[in-house]
Amino acid sequence: MNLNTLWAYANPKKFIQTTDRVLPWVAGLAALALVLGLIWGFFFTPEDYRQGSTVKIIYLHVPSALMAINAWMMMLVTSLVWIVRRHHVSALAARAAAPVGLVMTVIALITGAIWGQPMWGTWWAWDPRLTSFLILFLFYLGYIALWEAIENDDTAADLTSILCLVGSVFALLSRYAVNFWNQGLHQGASLSLDKEENVADVFWYPLLVCIAGFVLLFVALVLLRTRTEIRARRMRVLLARERMGA
Amino acid sequence: MMPDLGKYAEAVLSSYAVSIALIIGLILFSTMRSKRVKKQLQEIEKKVKSNG
Repeated sequence: MNLNTLWAYANPKKFIQTTDRVLPWVAGLAALALVLGLIWGFFFTPEDYRQGSTVKIIYLHVPSALMAINAWMMMLVTSLVWIVRRHHVSALAARAAAPVGLVMTVIALITGAIWGQPMWGTWWAWDPRLTSFLILFLFYLGYIALWEAIENDDTAADLTSILCLVGSVFALLSRYAVNFWNQGLHQGASLSLDKEENVADVFWYPLLVCIAGFVLLFVALVLLRTRTEIRARRMRVLLARERMGA
Repeated sequence: MMPDLGKYAEAVLSSYAVSIALIIGLILFSTMRSKRVKKQLQEIEKKVKSNG
């Protein structure tokens, strides 16, 4: 696919037509991968010799944390496209992704706290990764609130794009905090391209299926919500025109 | 069929319950809003068309 074909999807009509065909498949695959991964992880994996059965929490915690950061990165890319090319669909896609990213962040924070209580002896610690994740959560709230607070769509898209650029620092910090500061309770990354650093295969394969499920769920929800935002924007334009004509 | 979760059963089960509830809530909210907005837009477009 060359870049010119890609820009064709910036046309709201074309975007809705294409996602009409794609969305059921992505949603179906997401449901399949999530159900398969979670059942595999919950019912058919052993206890870890150190963590006991709490190891089963990784099938929710790791994919949700991964998606919390990657959702913000996706919002960064679409915000940059809005700033440079002024394509409304890209700004609306960023808006559509924010609540999904927020829920992923909440899941990561809650499951992390529930896991931390028996393992670390505390629900919360002001550890670099945990703290940067909390800040990312606040950025998500701020981003969503800013979209809601500004009536003019273009101004809202401009300001939220700037907020997204600033928040990207914390999204990156959330990912690399463990590497930047070699302190705190949170262990290193569970996933790495270096096979030796990964978790054992018996946990690793169901975790990969769960990650695929969370990625597909994110894509499906963003496509669905972007379609909604496109329609909501058209609705606002038509209502404004009608008000001006009256 | 239920695995023996031992002394961490509460932690594991509550993690799954909260996460699944949040995911289902998000899916339901997004789907319902999508249907509502689509319907509202159709009504407005019909109204605009009839007004010429």
